This record gives sequence, C-alpha cells and structure tokens, in this order.
Amino acid sequence: MSKPDLDTFIDASAQALGIPIQPEWKPAIRANLEVTFKLAAIVAEKELSDDAEPAPVFHA
Amino acid sequence: MNTEWSTAAEIARAVADGKVSAVKVTEDALARIAARDPKLNSFTNVTAERARKRAKAVDAGTVKGPLAGVPFAAKNLFDITGLPTRAGSRINRELPPSVHDQPLIERLEAAGAVLVGALNMGEYAYDFTGENVHDGNAHNPHDLSKMTGGSSSGSGGSVAGGLVPLSLGSDTNGSIRVPSSFCGLFGLKPTYGRLSRARSFPFVSSLDHLGPLARTPTDLALAYDAMQGPDAEDPVCTDRPVEPVAPALARGLDGLRIAVAGGYFKRGNFPEAAQAVERVARALNARTEIEIPEAQRARSAAYVITATEGASLHLDRLRTRAQDFDPATRDRLIAGAMVPAPLVNRAQKFRRWYRGEVLKLFEKVDAILAPATPCTAPAIGQQTFVIDGVTLPVRANIGIYTQPISFIGLPVAAVPVPLSPMPIAVQVICAPWREDVALRIAYALEQAGVCTAPRPKL
Repeated sequence: MSKPDLDTFIDASAQALGIPIQPEWKPAIRANLEVTFKLAAIVAEKELSDDAEPAPVFHA
Repeated sequence: MNTEWSTAAEIARAVADGKVSAVKVTEDALARIAARDPKLNSFTNVTAERARKRAKAVDAGTVKGPLAGVPFAAKNLFDITGLPTRAGSRINRELPPSVHDQPLIERLEAAGAVLVGALNMGEYAYDFTGENVHDGNAHNPHDLSKMTGGSSSGSGGSVAGGLVPLSLGSDTNGSIRVPSSFCGLFGLKPTYGRLSRARSFPFVSSLDHLGPLARTPTDLALAYDAMQGPDAEDPVCTDRPVEPVAPALARGLDGLRIAVAGGYFKRGNFPEAAQAVERVARALNARTEIEIPEAQRARSAAYVITATEGASLHLDRLRTRAQDFDPATRDRLIAGAMVPAPLVNRAQKFRRWYRGEVLKLFEKVDAILAPATPCTAPAIGQQTFVIDGVTLPVRANIGIYTQPISFIGLPVAAVPVPLSPMPIAVQVICAPWREDVALRIAYALEQAGVCTAPRPKL
C-alpha cells in the first residue's frame, strides 16, 4: 500500500476498532504496519493446501 | 560463609549441612540488592519481610528441599501475593494486589527457595532491550552503559550482577535467551507447555513460556525439576509426569548427535556470534551443518502472531488508556490491532506445517546449535547497528535467531560464551520434551570450561 493509502487504512481501522489515535502517533503506527505487512506477505507467499489447518491445541 | 557468588546448589548444600543459615543467606542477598541495585535497576519490588519469614521457616526445618535457603526473584509479570502484577507497565499498577503466588514461585518455595523480590522488565514483555520508560532501564552488570536485553531484563541483571543466583523470566520470542546472551548467563526456555503459566500476566498465549536463568546449568536443572508438573489452571500446560533432569546432567555427550544450524542462522550477525557458535561446536565436535527450513518465514509468522495477539490482549487498554503506555509499545500494539485476520490465520497454519518439517530434523540429530543473538549487548538507547554494510534497527533484529525456535516451542538452553569485553550466548536447541539433552550439553560445556557465566567487575 502507498503511504496515503496506508494512512487512510489506519484512520478507518482506528475508527472500526474504537481506538482514538493522535495524529502524531501515525508515522510510527504506519512504520510498524509496513513491517508487519511485509512479514505477513512472506508468510502468505507460502503455498499451503486447502486442508492445511492450524493446530487446534498446539503441541510442540 | 560468603555466598555472594555461590551457586544455588552450593547454598542449598551449605544450608542443609548447617554451615550457613538461610536467614544469613537472605540478609546478605537483601544487603547486596540495597547496595548494588540502585545502579543495576533490576528490582522493582523487594519482598524483604516475606523473605525473612520464609528463611526462618527454612532454618526451623519446616521447609526442606533441594533449594533450601536459595534466594531468587521473579520477573514482575509473575503474580506475587500482596503485589499488583505490573508486567512492566504503568497501567497494571492499579490492579488489586495478587492473592496468590504464581505456581512456579510456589513450587520453588516448596523446594526451600526464598523469594526476595520482583524484577524489572520491558513493558508488557513486548521488548528485547531492557529499556522501560516507567521503571527506568535495566543496566548490564558487565557494562552499565549496555542493555541487559529483554524483556526479562531484571532476571538477567540480578543474576549476572550477583544479587541472586536464580531468577524466573518469560520467553515469548526470546525474552529469556536474549538477556542470557547479553548478560552471560545460562537460561532455559523449556518446551511450550512444560511449565505452568497460570497466574502470570500473558503476552501472546500461542507463544508464551516461563523458565529460569542462573549462572550454572546445575542450578537451572534444580530449579526446573522443582517447577515441573501439570497444572489444570493453565490450559496449555502438559499432563506429562515430572521428568527430572538433574540426575542425568553429568551423563556426558556419548551418543548425542549435535549439528550446527546453517543458512539463515549464519547470516546477519556480528563476528562475535559466529565465534561463539564455533567455539561451542568445536568443543562438542559438532561438524555437521543442518538447515532449519523456512526459518525466515517462521520468524515472520511469529512476528505477525505476536503483534496481533498482543494487540488483542491490550485492545481495551488501547481504547481507554493509550496515553499511559510507553509510546513505542503503544504504536506497535495499535498497528498489531489493524492486521487483517486472514494474515494471522495463515501464520498459524504455517506454524503447524513448519513444526512438521523441523521435527523431521530430530530424526537425524539430537541438538542443533545456533546463535542466541546477532550481537553482544548494544548500548542502552542505541537505535541501529550495521551488519554486512547494512544499517538495521536494533530492536527489531535482536530476536532474529530466537523467534523461529520458540515459534514451535522447542526447548532451548542458552549457554554463555565469556567473550571479552562482553559475553554472548549460543542456543542449544532440542526436540520437544528433551530439556534433559539441552541441559546435559550445557553441563558438558561448563565442565569443559567453554561456557561459563563471567563475573562482572562491580
């Protein structure tokens, strides 16, 4: 997402979640989201079959 | 008897043999905390009266056990009777005082240990540095200008600084192993589900573990054995019976197949991290290199799950008390709340797949060596470091080697290599439920003089 798009996303998400955010917090929130989206994309690139499931109770 | 740098095992033996009283050991620990902690800032609460009472009970013979008279302290996310469980935050100080101790504290005290206080930590455990805007930064005993590492910052500083021989910490993405590395300690992150997490303030339920830090593997084993056992209060805690490791610590390395993690775990670090792994590998005659598949993706998935579960835990506080968080924690948590759910679910699905792949490796080896941190302790406040010519943020990169391992709950012993001027630890990673192997290897490394907790000049 471009910077303005991400800022729009942050504003909409904050409203949907009911989190009041101050304008000066936004650059740091955006920076954190950029990192998380980048890492989430790395995870989502992994092709898993449709029947792949998370562990209902995770056992190491 | 001066017990300043005594191990837990030595103290317990001396107390049992009547060479020193538990009261004397406790008073000495309290005196060291009073003298030294203003500089280290590892304690947030000292439970002196409670400790004196407990020590008297040990001396009276009403409490006996393998940890008789051993002073210890717990990260302040463990419930301690009479204290609000602050979890490194300002907000939680308003919680009512706890009416019970966390079960691991209860179990250590049942074995004779004496709780002397609660320890500093990164806010809500979302931290690798040991910095805290509410309680002040923890300082590394080996160099007060350096980070202890986090989030179990006081758990590292208090033991490395000789205040107590044993502490309890938590590890979601590396928070026991990172302070063990920066402070030069032995640390045990047990298998996910091994030790009860009931009555501790959570962070990321999918990934949270509790465990001990100490200056010797023997002390880790004594504490760990005392803390094992089922607990219906923690839905993740295993029903497996207690599997004591202390009796088998000195069994040696015979029959153990030990490999070094290649690929991802050899990239992106300072020479000290590579040097530490090399020393440990040489001592163990570990010549095979093994690839932990998809470690980068595992670390990414752990990051996503952490950000989102952490955000979910704190959502109401973010709505009503956002200004009372450390701004850095707040901004990470708010961002975490905004991550779309399918991305989280994918990370959880990947977790199961990755677990299956990594478990296959343990058909071929019993333990895998990897760095605990990419660097020795950075300076407090340091924002970036340069690795291979690339400037990287410190905070986000401290946990690159620990995250892919705790992601699937494998047991790890962090073993300290006493490099100069600052120590650094190596991870000894084992198959689920094989803490015994990790600690056997740690013990062999200690006996060989390769891994020791260095004593700071204070």
